[in-house]
Amino acid sequence: MHKYKRSPGSLAANGILYLLLAAVSLTCLLPFVHVLAKSLSQDAYVIANRVILLPKGLTLAAYGKILKDASILRSLYVSVLVTVLFTLLGMFLTICTAYALSRPQLRGRRALTFLCMFTLYFTGGIIPEYIVMSGLGLLETIWAMILPLSFSAYNFLIMKNAIASGIPLSLEESARMDGAGHFRILASIVVPLSKPIIATLSLFYAVGRWNAYQDALFYIKQRVDLRPLQLKLYYLVVQASESFQLEQVQVNLTNPEVLKASCVIFATVPILLVYPFVQKYFVESVMVGAVKG
Amino acid sequence: MATEQKTAGAAGSAEGSGAAGGRGSGSAGGASPAAPTGPAGPVQPVQPAGPLGPAQPAGPAGPMAPIGPGGPVRLRGAALAIARDWQLYALLVIPMLFLALFKFAPMGGLVLSFKDYKIAKGIWNSDWVGFDVFRAIFSHREFFPALRNTLLLNVLDLLFGFPMPILLALGLNEVRSRWFKSTSQTLLYLPHFLSWVIIGAIAYQIFGQSSGLINNLIEASGGARVPFLQEDAHWLVSYVLIGVWQAMGWGTIIYLAAISSVNPELYEAATVDGAGRLRQCFSVTLPCISSTIVTLLIMNLGRLMGGSFERIYALQNKATTEFTTTIPVLVYRWGIQGNNFSRATALGLFQSVIALILVLASDYAAKRMGEEGLL
Repeated sequence: MHKYKRSPGSLAANGILYLLLAAVSLTCLLPFVHVLAKSLSQDAYVIANRVILLPKGLTLAAYGKILKDASILRSLYVSVLVTVLFTLLGMFLTICTAYALSRPQLRGRRALTFLCMFTLYFTGGIIPEYIVMSGLGLLETIWAMILPLSFSAYNFLIMKNAIASGIPLSLEESARMDGAGHFRILASIVVPLSKPIIATLSLFYAVGRWNAYQDALFYIKQRVDLRPLQLKLYYLVVQASESFQLEQVQVNLTNPEVLKASCVIFATVPILLVYPFVQKYFVESVMVGAVKG
Repeated sequence: MATEQKTAGAAGSAEGSGAAGGRGSGSAGGASPAAPTGPAGPVQPVQPAGPLGPAQPAGPAGPMAPIGPGGPVRLRGAALAIARDWQLYALLVIPMLFLALFKFAPMGGLVLSFKDYKIAKGIWNSDWVGFDVFRAIFSHREFFPALRNTLLLNVLDLLFGFPMPILLALGLNEVRSRWFKSTSQTLLYLPHFLSWVIIGAIAYQIFGQSSGLINNLIEASGGARVPFLQEDAHWLVSYVLIGVWQAMGWGTIIYLAAISSVNPELYEAATVDGAGRLRQCFSVTLPCISSTIVTLLIMNLGRLMGGSFERIYALQNKATTEFTTTIPVLVYRWGIQGNNFSRATALGLFQSVIALILVLASDYAAKRMGEEGLL
């Protein structure tokens, strides 16, 4: 764009800038490389602290153990199931609310929108929510991880603005002239025209659900078989950072370090697989959210 | 939101007054909770097609019409709105049910803060105790450390976490190599997509005392092992650094967008005036994005009472207890682990109210300064 004099000074400054940025960027990558290397190494090298960025004595033994561990696979299944149901439900609620509340003629729309947005700034808090979940008999069920967070005011806002700005009202009016009701308009005009934003928000819901563990920690205490992967990982790796043996893992542990490392990679891979595809959408939606005014 | 509501301003203001004016809407009296009945007068001009809009297809209005007791169908106000838009209200039924059950019912549970909750008596029959629960909290020996920790961790986050994305964005903006820039961004955004459990697990792999990578390297070069995560002061530093690391890349997005909308002529003029790149950065770019910076700063100030439970829980361990007990952690410990629901609810309410006040104050401040605000 603009031209600069390439003096030795500016070249040096440029070099320093690139170096600094490369260093900061690498801090986001190298920890994974290290953990990955550990997970692929033989126990002896890891115990001897000789693994840094490359695996030593390449082996997949740790992953073999994980894949044989029924409880980890069970957690993976719970996570997938919960994420899928949560995303579907979340999108259903978001689309219905956003479409209805983006219609200018709807009476009460302002009050209802306020009710939705209010939940963004004030909540009952951990304990009242816990009591409600308990009262509904949802504790220790997978629904505890699906129902409460499925309506997201933030996603609703993004969806509503996308519909309001992306779909001309005249389109709706002409459809109504042709005798189409709102259900019909929603299903055959609004949803098909909103595919990009629906994809983005689905990813929002899915990634958020996949990564969260706080509600599972609160609501799933006895039913070990309902622990999602993140919670399982929490008990396995984080809480047991000092004493791995507390958790009764069915795999036979020779060295927890390698196993911990492979657990981390195992739980990260699904995110890493979708990351290249979701990144672009997420970046865009940050802007959508930022210019919500 | 604001702009869009202006286009529908007439409808909005009519409803706004509807909540207060209980005059009902004539014969039909649609007492539906979804549509507050408003004064019939001001509402009429809003409806595009007048009463029983002739343009409407007969379908929706049909089944609703006989409800009005006034003989020949003359729907007005709320009843007309429901008759015309019943499908829209139908779409809202399930979401509103979710909202009521999972968002507003818990707010009702906040009454526990003013009661002496006994499980046997239930929420409603437990005895009212006024502000006794709050008095008990404020004099509890764990309260002030938790309040201090909440504020301390958030202030440190703000202090170190806030400038980092700005610096990174300014740096990335100076990069001319497309490839380098997009690769950096891909790497920098990555931590945002990882759960705190995974980040915590990786942190222990890197910073752990007995087998962490950094300590292995320190020892190999002849140093002594450092308890990065296993001693209070070190933990505090690690906690803040890991948080900065996790959020810095993602934070650049908004600044990069702001920078990209700076008028290029300004740079050209600065170049003509002989300003170098560093000078342009400070004299053109920074002033141009200062309003974005101020807005985000104010928003962050509004979050000083917040705090991620997941982050603390994923990074804490038994050796570090001094700074890890924040208010959310204490709520969890008192309530879910200790079953003292009244006390934990009141503590949560205390936090929510302060947080709400901070958000409203920061929004007000942002608007006073001519920014968009966040509400």
